[in-house]
Amino acid sequence: MAETFINLTLFVMLVATAIAITRMQRLFGVAMMASVFSLLSALLLVTLDAVDVAFTEAAVGAGISTVLMLSTLTLTSRIEKPATRSPLIPLIVVTVTGAAIIYGTLDMPNFGDPNAPAQVGVAAQYLERSPEEIGIPNVVTVVLASYRGFDTMGETAVVFTAGVGVLMLISGLRRRRRSPDEKDRGETS
Amino acid sequence: MRHHLILRVVTKLLVSSIILFALYVQFHGDFSPGGGFQAGVIMAVAFILYGIVFGLEKVQAVFPAWLVHKLMALGVLIYAGTGVFSLFLGYDFLDYGAFTPDHPSHGQHWGIFAVEFGVGVTVTGVMVAIYYAFAMRRPAISDEEW
Repeated sequence: MAETFINLTLFVMLVATAIAITRMQRLFGVAMMASVFSLLSALLLVTLDAVDVAFTEAAVGAGISTVLMLSTLTLTSRIEKPATRSPLIPLIVVTVTGAAIIYGTLDMPNFGDPNAPAQVGVAAQYLERSPEEIGIPNVVTVVLASYRGFDTMGETAVVFTAGVGVLMLISGLRRRRRSPDEKDRGETS
Repeated sequence: MRHHLILRVVTKLLVSSIILFALYVQFHGDFSPGGGFQAGVIMAVAFILYGIVFGLEKVQAVFPAWLVHKLMALGVLIYAGTGVFSLFLGYDFLDYGAFTPDHPSHGQHWGIFAVEFGVGVTVTGVMVAIYYAFAMRRPAISDEEW
């Protein structure tokens, strides 16, 4: 009962934040509200007992993303441009997409369903074998770093690639050009 | 540059505890929520906070851009290097049992420690590098403009 009430409150606040974001013109406020949105999502994940995911959401979604959005704001304008076209077509697109997504969730298993695809696969094996095979209490870390070590290496490579992409696009670091006299020395030696 | 006195004092107090918390999340991830990804972000936040309050020159004196760029690659190298190391010892790629052959679960602890450290280093590097990339584009805007 208490959990239903908490979930309901959090979802109402989530929707209220989303509506506030769409109605705001000042982008500084929008960035801060997006941070609030992430923090509320993190709270929802805590009520689902997914503490590791909640931690990541709070640190990345509410923390770093907000800083990066604010840094982006310094490179662009601070006020949203007023819409010039009629909002009818975007509204129809959003409604249809939203209806399709809600229709898709009807097929999803209930929360905590023991027959859900996520439960009947290898998850039970991991939970059963990790105490003797690895012996680390936090099974999330075990799955992430050991059983699924290849995936995590890919994730790390993705983070690295994202960083390199940003550096190449906007850091302004130029390739080091050799000055003419250096070039001469390079050829003679 | 004498404005925001409270912010500057509080930041000085906070930065060290943020770094300590990042190290805790990094190396206590086996027992509590957390791990390399979260720890890397928290570690980066410490430097970003310092940079926002005290300016880019101050933070780059502590944590220069060239070092950040090296760290980005170093983390991936630590992770992949762990795998290659176990490969050279005659085990599968990323099979941490290689580190202590007579006690495989102990080797798992070392392996997870190593790869999580690699993840943390890369995430710290990338987050700080992205912040530097944005912040170096344009001088900080004045308070009134917000």
